[in-house]
Amino acid sequence: MRKLALSDEILLKIEKPARYIGNEVNSVNKDVNKVDVRFAMCFPDVYEIGMSHLGIQILYDMLNQREDTYCERVYSPWIDLDKIMREEKIPLFTLESQRPVKECDFLGITLQYEMCYTNILQVLELSLIPLLAADRDEDCPVVIGGGPCAYNPEPLADFFDLFYIGEGETSYFALLDLYKEMKEAGRTRREFLEAAAGIPGIYVPSLYHVTYNEDGTIKEFAPNKEGIPATVEKQVVMNVTDTYYPSAPVVPYIKVTQDRVVLEIQRGCIRGCRFCQAGMLYRPTRERDIDMLKKYAYEMLKNTGHEEISLSSLSSSDYSKLEELVTYLIDEFGQKGVNISLPSLRIDAFSLDVMSKVQDVRKSSLTFAPEAGSQRMRNVINKGLTEEDILSGAFQAFKGGWNKVKLYFMLGLPGETEEDIRDIARLADKIARSYYEIPKEERNGKCQITVSTSFFVPKPFTPFQWVRMNTMEEFLEKARIVNREVKDQLNRKSIKYNWHEAEVTILEGLLARGDRRVGKAILKAYENGALYDAWSETFHFEYWTSAFEETGVDLAFYTDRERSADEILPWDFISIGVTKQFLLREWERSKSEEVTKNCRAGCSGCGAAVYKGGVCLEDKN
Amino acid sequence: MKFIGHLDIMRYFQKAIRRADIDIVYSEGFSPHMIMSFAAPLGVGLTSNGEYMDIEVKGSLSSREAIARLNAVMADGIEILSWRQVPEGKAGKAMSLVAAADYTVTVPRGIFPENMEKDASEMLESFMGQKEITIIKKSKKSEKEADIKPMIYRFELLPEDKGREEGLQFKMQLATGSSANLKPELVMEAFAAFARFELPPFAIRVNRDEVYADTGAEGCRNLVSLEELGDEVG
Repeated sequence: MRKLALSDEILLKIEKPARYIGNEVNSVNKDVNKVDVRFAMCFPDVYEIGMSHLGIQILYDMLNQREDTYCERVYSPWIDLDKIMREEKIPLFTLESQRPVKECDFLGITLQYEMCYTNILQVLELSLIPLLAADRDEDCPVVIGGGPCAYNPEPLADFFDLFYIGEGETSYFALLDLYKEMKEAGRTRREFLEAAAGIPGIYVPSLYHVTYNEDGTIKEFAPNKEGIPATVEKQVVMNVTDTYYPSAPVVPYIKVTQDRVVLEIQRGCIRGCRFCQAGMLYRPTRERDIDMLKKYAYEMLKNTGHEEISLSSLSSSDYSKLEELVTYLIDEFGQKGVNISLPSLRIDAFSLDVMSKVQDVRKSSLTFAPEAGSQRMRNVINKGLTEEDILSGAFQAFKGGWNKVKLYFMLGLPGETEEDIRDIARLADKIARSYYEIPKEERNGKCQITVSTSFFVPKPFTPFQWVRMNTMEEFLEKARIVNREVKDQLNRKSIKYNWHEAEVTILEGLLARGDRRVGKAILKAYENGALYDAWSETFHFEYWTSAFEETGVDLAFYTDRERSADEILPWDFISIGVTKQFLLREWERSKSEEVTKNCRAGCSGCGAAVYKGGVCLEDKN
Repeated sequence: MKFIGHLDIMRYFQKAIRRADIDIVYSEGFSPHMIMSFAAPLGVGLTSNGEYMDIEVKGSLSSREAIARLNAVMADGIEILSWRQVPEGKAGKAMSLVAAADYTVTVPRGIFPENMEKDASEMLESFMGQKEITIIKKSKKSEKEADIKPMIYRFELLPEDKGREEGLQFKMQLATGSSANLKPELVMEAFAAFARFELPPFAIRVNRDEVYADTGAEGCRNLVSLEELGDEVG
């Protein structure tokens, strides 16, 4: 029997002890003394969230294929255990070997959303690793950040030894080989980091310096010495078929958010919505071969025993063989009690037909993400969904028996007017009206339309990376306008309106486009008590506001300010293929409400063709 | 495994049965579920080597093959010991038949006060010699007294030499199931209270050893392990 890091007494008094004991089906068991490299892979949130993340499952499987490497998992202890670990001085441990994280050679932390930044500091502190990279000695693991938020790593620059920019499948083995070689040769941590900076996609923040202008903008960002690349290239795996993918993912004992087989059908998105960071970061769109997907669907279901399989990608409807794939899944597994879930599908005749086969129409709801209420605004953001698409999709669905619709919008988009905002409520009402056009005897009671708005956060590497974000007051006033307008609609009783919290949004805006100086505010907020900021029950805005006061970080400078086109942005040293010129062009087009075609309808020369693959090389005829 | 709650153990077995490709029967409807039930849910913190579950299959593999297939997909710490066919209908529904269970309770050295460790055997004798063993049952609304003695079928201390290393070990057989159910922790608390001692939380270890059905006629107990209710499949 493995010895657990926590005593029975502790495990029996905390919530969900199964979060901390490992030993799940398909978890990897290796002898820690018989490997050269130990890699702790961390998702800095609670187990149920972290275990639902596909990226870590891919890397876990890939790294463990190496005999010389043992990749183990680490998640954030929930606040009940956090308190006990501090009181009893128990160091944070990996789930597999139940041994301290600090023994590992690497601690890799995935950065999936800004609001987990304080959890990173918790993981470091509980692991007994100095929070600041500058304070770490030879005994500390090398702390690596990766994932979407690593595309603006600057607010976290003080806490990480290096960042991996881009998709993990390409450069990790080179990094591990280098580490092994240098460790055997007895080289120092510093020497390793300098050598690592030469691997494509690796950014070592301590090897770069930043100077600022008097107005607070960046004057210069440059390497400290020769031989360190001035630009860091994002990593992309161009062949997404012959690559790493876990055929036997770990099966948690407790119910996690994504309690199912996840089949990633493609990477990237052809659509080019101007607010969407993922749509730019993951260009070019690359499809996985359908035979590979069929094979993995079978093996993953067999090896996990999951009762559900979900297709995953941005805009799944754009996968060219979607119909064939879905038909295969239904025919092959539908009879064996396997549910098939299809998120991010465009609502049309095909998807309605599929959905009616795989779910109970009366219980399920349809989801539309028009993102903006007016056609004018949808043109501004390049969301190629027309009112006609929405109304006809909804009407077909209503005739098919559905009566629940969810609508997602954003408030605070650039150039938004009061009319655009009111149109959110009016669109919901038009959908309700179309429901009541169906003869009463064919209807399934009342319809239920849920309108949700989030507040727009400008993100790096999007055409809106320069724009001024709304203030908290503006956001809340806009939510009130929607709320009042909903109440003025004919079908107000069929419409329910929810809006997102403004405080979290503002912080997300700061962290998303912050520079190196923001790091000290993150540290201060953590010291003030901020932790699990992504959870409303544990979020306290005042920890952050006092941190800004104490560190002199000016929230408005980062959020409430439009950047000029020639300003050096903190993330400009990263190259994602998509060029700054293209993003600027798109920003200009958005101001004149011009729509840009999707990649298949016509290439707009975004720059991603530099990778020579995916949709860029598809036959345009 | 003792940290996994009953509902998660159910989910674990649903997935394990799929991995092993056992030809289980599903309920009808839009979200079909496996026909599966556990004889007696095991509380979090307890270990066991006597758990039973019923499943309905379309056709059975041989016992040996089914056990091998299931064990090939088990997590460390769960092992399938037996696969038996039970009669159809109520006689085959383990949950409705459960009447008693055996437990081994370990009290690690140093938990009980010295006198209690030394004189455990005599104390147990006088504890069981009481006419009634009353405990206070706390519910959300009220507290009421209950006599648990009729639900303790057996309670004894294992000979010292067996349990010396780990601490004191007790064996008990208690009423279990839907009509009467007594938890071993409660018995240990009552025993400690009898010796004017308060048991610290999570101090003892409990293992379930066996689960029984009562095949006796009215009022006359005849316990048979659930294992004995079924037959090997050849």
